[in-house]
This record gives sequence, C-alpha cells and structure tokens, in this order.
Amino acid sequence: MMEILEGSHAVAEAVRLCRPQVVSAYPITPQTHIVEALASMVADCRLDAEYICVESEFSALSSCLGASAAGSRVYSATTSQGLALMFEVCFNVAGMRQPIVMTIANRALGAPLNIWNDQQDSISLRDAGWMQCYAEDNQEATDLHFITYRVAEDHNVLLPAMVCFDGYTLTHTYEPVDLPTQEEIDAFLPPFKPYNTLDAKKPMSLGMYATPDYYMEFRYEIDEAMKRAKQAFAHAGREFAGQFGRDYSGLVEGYRLEDADTAFVAMGSLCGTVKDAIDEMRADGMKVGLLKIRTFRPFPSAEIRKALSGVSRVAVLDKNVSLGQKGAVALEVKDAVYGSGIDVFDYIIALGGRDVRKSDIRTIAGLAEKGIGDQYYGLRMEVL
Amino acid sequence: MQAFVRFSDEKIRLRSQVYEPDYIIVQDSTLIRDVDVFGGMKTGGIAIVNTEKSLHAAVPEGVKLITIDATGIALEKLGVPITNTTLIGAFAAATGEISLSAVEKALLNRFPGKLGEKNVAAARHSYDLIRGEA
Amino acid sequence: MALNVGCAAAPGRARDNRTGSWRVFKPTFRHETCTKCGLCETVCPEGCVKEREDGYFDPDYDYCKGCGLCAEECPADDIEMAQEEK
Repeated sequence: MMEILEGSHAVAEAVRLCRPQVVSAYPITPQTHIVEALASMVADCRLDAEYICVESEFSALSSCLGASAAGSRVYSATTSQGLALMFEVCFNVAGMRQPIVMTIANRALGAPLNIWNDQQDSISLRDAGWMQCYAEDNQEATDLHFITYRVAEDHNVLLPAMVCFDGYTLTHTYEPVDLPTQEEIDAFLPPFKPYNTLDAKKPMSLGMYATPDYYMEFRYEIDEAMKRAKQAFAHAGREFAGQFGRDYSGLVEGYRLEDADTAFVAMGSLCGTVKDAIDEMRADGMKVGLLKIRTFRPFPSAEIRKALSGVSRVAVLDKNVSLGQKGAVALEVKDAVYGSGIDVFDYIIALGGRDVRKSDIRTIAGLAEKGIGDQYYGLRMEVL
Repeated sequence: MQAFVRFSDEKIRLRSQVYEPDYIIVQDSTLIRDVDVFGGMKTGGIAIVNTEKSLHAAVPEGVKLITIDATGIALEKLGVPITNTTLIGAFAAATGEISLSAVEKALLNRFPGKLGEKNVAAARHSYDLIRGEA
Repeated sequence: MALNVGCAAAPGRARDNRTGSWRVFKPTFRHETCTKCGLCETVCPEGCVKEREDGYFDPDYDYCKGCGLCAEECPADDIEMAQEEK
C-alpha cells in the first residue's frame, strides 16, 4: 500500500515485515527514529521480537551476534560514531558468518562533531566482510531490507549486510513508499534457516582460534562468499522484481549512459540530484549520464567496466575521503576500468552535510571535460 | 535550523535544499535580523512569519507577507510554545496548496488521541484566522 | 582438515591441551605452614588449583604450567618451586 512515510519509519516497517526475532540497537542521530519505532512496535505487540536494550553500540552488535549464532533472525541500526564503536564486532560477525542485517543512517564521523550526512562511516567499514548497499530513495531503502535478508541468509553466502541510506536526506524525509503486505514478504522471505546454531545440547564454539596455518584460508572463504553474494543479490533482485515490479537486480544501474561522453558515478541519495541535473544538461545537448553503484560490497568491478565501456571520462562523486589518498569509490572505479584508457576524475563532495545542487553537478561536468579533477569540490577557500 | 519541503505529483528526485522558495514559514521572527530569510523569493511568493507584533520587514517585491501570533495560539490551544502545527494551518489557509482536512488527518495520524485533537484545534484556529483576513 | 563455516568447532579444546608439559619449575604444596586461605586457587591463571576435602589445596599437574604465581603470593610460604626432571 502506498503511504507517505518518513524514511526512518518506512525502514522500521520494512524491518517489521522481515520478522526479526531479536532487535538490539543503541539510539544515535539520525538513526534514532528507526529504533524508536521498532521499540514501540515490540511494546505494542506489532512485532514479535526481543528488543534488547544495551548501553552502547558495541554491546548492541555483540548481543546481535550472540542472538544470530543462537539461530535468530537479527536486526540492528546505527550510524557514524556508533558504527565506529562496533568496528571490532563487525569483523567478528562476518568472520563467524552471521547474516545480520543492519541499517546505516549515513552520517559524517568526528572530530569535529557533525551529525549531518556523508558516507564516511560505512565506507570506513568496507573491509569488514559486510555487504553494503546504498539506497537512492526511501522506496529503495525499504526494499533493500527484504533483499539483503534473503542474500545474507543464503547458505551460499552467510554474510552480514549493511543497508546504507543517507542521514536526514532520506531518514527524515517524508516520501510515498509502497509497503508490501506481510503475506507478500512472507512469500518472498522464508523464515531464517541457520547454517549452524549454538545449542547447549550440541555444544559448539564459533569464531575459534586460527593459527597462521589456517587464518588465511578463513579469510579467503569469506572473500569467496562475498563474490558469490553478487549472484545471490542479482537472483534475489530478479525474484523481487517479479513479485513487486521494482527491479534492484543490478549491482549498478545506468541512467542515460547510452552515447554519454561523461559519466558520473555516485551512490545513495545524491543520484537523484545528479539525474535531474543530467536531464537539464541533456536538454542543452551535453552527453552526460550516471552510473549508480548500488552495492559497494561486493564491489561490481566487471559490471562497472561494462557499463562505462563507451564513455570518455568518468566523474566520481565521493561522499567520503581516504585521507592522504582519494575518495574510496574513485579508487575502486579506477581499478575497475584500469587499462581501458578512460579518464577517472575524483571529486570529494558533500562532506558533513554540505549541500549539492544541480548547478554543482553541471560545474563538475565542466571540470571533468577540461581534465580537472582529483580534488575537493566546493571548498570555501575564504575560511581556509 | 532549516527544513525544506517539495510538493509534486511527479516523483521528486532532487535532494538539494530549496534556494528559490515559493513559500517560506519563519517560526521565529528574530531570525529576520540576522538571516536573509526572504532570499530567493519571487513575485507571487508568500512569507508567513510568526510574530505577535506588526512586522515591517523588507520583503522582495511581489511577495506577500503574512504575520500570525502562532506562539500565542499554540500556548492557548496546546499549552506549549511549539508552533509547527499552528503554522501548518496558516500555511494551508494562505497558500491553498493543502486542504485543512488533509492537515487535520495528518495531525491525528501523527499524534493519536487527545494530543492530536489539540493540534487540530490549533491548526484550525490559525486556518480560520488567516482565511478571515484574506 | 576442511574449514568449518564461521570457524565453528567443538568446545573443550583448551582442556585437550594438557599444558602441564610446558612446565620447567614444579610447585610443591607442602601443607606445613598452610592456613587454607585459598589465595593460591584465586591467583592461579590456569584455574588448576583446587581445594581438597580436608581444606588443603593442590594443583592439577596435567595443566599447571609452573608459572610460580601461587608460590610468589602464598602468605605462609608453603609452596616450593623446584626444577622438574623430565
């Protein structure tokens, strides 16, 4: 049913439809409304789950890890400093192959303290062994929860997933969202079948000690599972499209890329603004397009290489920066198109909630055409 | 603090802030001294300012200035100086972009029970006030 | 050995590892000046000192690594460390 919902509430409803048995999270801006809504649902018996109140994000994800290992479908949500506090547990969850789904309400990392949106938080966890999807709008943020649970719990994958959506820009924005019914989601997402379960009657330990003789092989197997996740994601996306008519089977998605000379690459809500800017530039005869990256992990290198094969240059819009290097997305796009002769220019943009306008996108297209890139875009030189 | 709204029958993809607003609502009139709250407004635009005094702000040409004592109405109807719902009622009356019944429905949905009814009373009061002036 | 997903394993592996073989110095609990205070049991990092029925304490030599903490901390100086012949 189509409803006007705040992004956070749409996600909370999506999570409810996924029937998690355990929810544990620590409230943090701009994620708060999600867990507030879920706590109310549990209190009002709209969601039959155990809501575990904890004193920190470290404990939140730790209790999720235990609950998942005990065979429950588990959910958490966090952002920014909260995700940073989960760093250690994130690696443990992936290493113990627990298919937890966690929403990230993307926010900048301190210091300096900043509660606004960029994608530095989840990008900084890119090596943890979690799948990462980035939503463009609240419909996509909602639907990606159904899909990522399917993929995460697939016994060929067994990896946790982050569904990332931009803080405030999406979390606090009211949009029409088509919420599936419980019956529809039950048909799409069967009950969780754990691969192995902690059970006092059949004692077992998880995440045991691995010496140098074994550790590398464990890491390799997680990596292989991540690669298999690409296929699982595409498969689940196709099934979802068949049932609901909304297609997320592509790990990347092109917009007006046919015959484009300059392609933007972006993730998340920025894609909407870029699309509007592209329509205006196209009307002025400029050959520009967008490649939206939906899954940053697993990284769709081959898909990107294919999608960008016809363009002359790529302008990557990075809402993060690997300090001392470039933006993380640009680096990986460069790797994906290496040897193709396509120029890849990086623009660090919108850090800490700095606004991006259509005119900014047009300016960047101009910079890329002149071969000017690998820079911060929109720095206020007067305050430096 | 700034918040932005776009209405459309089409899907809205643009995520940037609004730089050329058709309408603005100023919840605290003291902001006018420090911030160019009317910046970007064009002819036909409407600015709704919460103030209990008469206001002689320099609005851009062709912009209609509407003042309302939303704090007073909120205190009377809600008992707290939270003016959002009062100003939504004024917005509906001044612009005609949304109906009062839609505002009432949204308020009752957001605040079930007695709190919703109080907010509806506040919105309706400001709606009638602005409609009466028009 | 094939790897188990999530590095899963049967529990009790620490117990399988009889660390007593690591020992160079072996503690002897003389039970002469012992006041049965139980500090040796508290400080043993291996958790292998146990109270007997008569209230005295003894280490489990299958697991005692010979670290000597019990002897160091014993307020009655009743534990003697001596190099072990192997």
